[in-house]
Amino acid sequence: MTASITSGHNKAKAPEPPQPGGEEGPLYQSRVKIYPKRVSGTFRNLKWLVMIVTLGVYYVTPWLRWDRGATAPDQAVLLDLPHRRFYFFFIEIWPQEVYYLTGLLILAALLLFLFTSLFGRVWCGYACPQTVWTDLFIWVERLVQGDRNKRMKLDKSPWTATKIAKKSLTHFIWLVLSVATGGAWVFYFADAPSLMTGLLTGEAPLAAYLAIAGLTFTTYSLGGLMREQVCTYMCPWPRIQGAMFDADTFLVSYKPDRGEPRGPHKKGESWDGRGDCIDCQACVAVCPVGIDIRNGPQLECIQCALCIDACNEIMDKIDRPRGLIDYETLAMPDARAKGEKPKIRLVRGRTIIYSLSILLTAAVMGYGLLTRGDLEMSVLRDRNPLFVPLSDGSVRNGYTIKILNKAHETRNFSIELSGMEGLALSRPNAVDSPDRVTVAPDDVQSVRLYVTAPADIVRSPVLADGEKAINIAIRDMESGAVASRNTVFRGPQSRSQGRR
Amino acid sequence: MSDAPKRDELTGVETTGHDWDGITELDNPLPKWWLYIFYACIGLSVLGWIWYPSWPVWMGEWTYLKGVAGFSKRAEVSRELAEIEAGREVYFKQIRAQSLEDIRTDPELLQVSLAGGAAAFGDNCAPCHGSGAQGFAGFPNLNDDAWLWGGTLDDIHTTLRHGIRWEADMDTRLSMMQGYLKDGILSRSEVSDVVQYVLGFSGREDDNEAARRGATTFAEICSACHMEDGTGMHELGAPDLTDAIWLYGGDKDTIYETVANGRGGVMPAWAGRLDDATIKQLALYVHSLGGGEEPQP
Repeated sequence: MTASITSGHNKAKAPEPPQPGGEEGPLYQSRVKIYPKRVSGTFRNLKWLVMIVTLGVYYVTPWLRWDRGATAPDQAVLLDLPHRRFYFFFIEIWPQEVYYLTGLLILAALLLFLFTSLFGRVWCGYACPQTVWTDLFIWVERLVQGDRNKRMKLDKSPWTATKIAKKSLTHFIWLVLSVATGGAWVFYFADAPSLMTGLLTGEAPLAAYLAIAGLTFTTYSLGGLMREQVCTYMCPWPRIQGAMFDADTFLVSYKPDRGEPRGPHKKGESWDGRGDCIDCQACVAVCPVGIDIRNGPQLECIQCALCIDACNEIMDKIDRPRGLIDYETLAMPDARAKGEKPKIRLVRGRTIIYSLSILLTAAVMGYGLLTRGDLEMSVLRDRNPLFVPLSDGSVRNGYTIKILNKAHETRNFSIELSGMEGLALSRPNAVDSPDRVTVAPDDVQSVRLYVTAPADIVRSPVLADGEKAINIAIRDMESGAVASRNTVFRGPQSRSQGRR
Repeated sequence: MSDAPKRDELTGVETTGHDWDGITELDNPLPKWWLYIFYACIGLSVLGWIWYPSWPVWMGEWTYLKGVAGFSKRAEVSRELAEIEAGREVYFKQIRAQSLEDIRTDPELLQVSLAGGAAAFGDNCAPCHGSGAQGFAGFPNLNDDAWLWGGTLDDIHTTLRHGIRWEADMDTRLSMMQGYLKDGILSRSEVSDVVQYVLGFSGREDDNEAARRGATTFAEICSACHMEDGTGMHELGAPDLTDAIWLYGGDKDTIYETVANGRGGVMPAWAGRLDDATIKQLALYVHSLGGGEEPQP
């Protein structure tokens, strides 16, 4: 069987009679407001825990310190845009190493693929910021306005002072939370304590206030007002995830074979000949996206598992076994129908491929991170002119080398040439001797090099082809660390060879 | 491909009637807020018309609605250009005030000058000297160490300011390589002889007899500018005939042509055409190309 996912909103509506005349229904539909009911249970507790951990990480991280010496910031995680540096604890990334960030994103994507093929939309249900903040905002709503029934009643009641007070208080707390969300975000881009002082005294850069304002707006509108519509209409991820499920993916599912036929049940009545579902609507009442899980897998479902908790509570009350709604694969009901034992198949083709890809990516990234040095050099050879004949018959080539000193200390380097005899090094406007360069800590320095080959070498067979491979190296004069690059030295082609 | 809308069995929703290889699309209604965003965008664009310049209008002549903000892209560009100019002026002031040697020892000013010089070179000098200052026949390569009029910072600066054989400038660098055959000063054979002698400076003569004969002519006429040993003279822009660098070409025929018809390359004077700071930047840039000479102590 294949995973077919339908839209719950439309199923919940009473089916309209077919209109053969091509008469169309409404083009636009108003949102049906959802009042999720409070629920408690294993998965609700898990969600609280995830919320505390993720929000904790988000708010606390910018305040962690990490000593990097006097020449670099001491913030553990910092995206220093003006200075083009990304600090992450012991890792410091320069702009040209942004592939580490790419690698991180690839790793995150692959992990998402793996978890989605194993357990469905666990990201959506537990860890997605949209889910976490919506959960938080619903909690505030419940705290101020009461649970589902009270909120529904309040919305229907006329605008009294109490109602205005309750609504205003809700929105006020939402705004405070939104400001705090945007406020925490900017701390990742600047020194948190000093930015905090700046923000409070009104001296922080305009960009910081604008970022906070923007994120306040998005948090308030997406978490407070838009909620499940973000997931249903705006987010592309649910559509992609649908392609990652298969018959062995664990999804939050209702077991129709156990639950049907459903119907009200009076205490003491026999359970024979009927399903366990008493049609109490508890699963519908707690659903934050407003669907009926009993209609099967649906596009809107973020797999938050709150309906499992709700149903289990009811099952306990009516003394039936738990798990009428549970994490289940699509293959399981089929297996039960055939009288087979439902199988758990976590190891499958796609999970193996995802796991291997994750291992590979992590290994490549880890190797790169562990073996990268704090010294790099690049060579840019002059192409215009290719070479310069000098008055004494010697030939000069020009190179621009860039030295990247990633260490947090000033370093002195010597420049060494090899690969060809008699090469002489000079530098225009050099203050010290031409083969000595000093590079400031955590800095890049461009150095113009002029390399001259004497006339006898130019005429010798060494340069007969008009080019010779040479090597330019820089050596740290204290530590002996070396970075080097191969390049070529060019001169006129010798006449005996003729033009090729 | 397009059929009448059908009702999808599973969902009870009508399809759009479009069918792509059996794949159909449900015709679900759009959420209302989406529509409102669309309206908001229309409203915003109307505000845009009011705020910014927008419609062309006929007011006796064609003009346009200026917008209440008084915004103009042209004014914006002028303002940005003025801002750049003002930013540059900070450095230009220092460059104008300081000597070339002082600028050279100030790393920041030097960096600004080399960058500015490279840009100005591309705009003004590259047509004759090439984008890499590599020169062409008759137009010197500025990367090498052979300088007709001297290669110190001050020499280059003077050449830039006053030009070479640029008659509009009183202080221009002047000298003349006559056409010795053309002007009837030397005969054909005398020119050939002197060419043999000149080739001899670099050990390339092929007729020792002729070279010996040419030596007399060289001593009488040519050595006045090129010196007796052929090493030339910066003050008169007379090239060194002993080195490996030839402005017009060092083969026998080209040297013959040079002696017979003369040469007289021209470079414009840039003082007055470019501002002083830019000329200083150019001098520093050209000097840094690798052949710049240091002043003799």
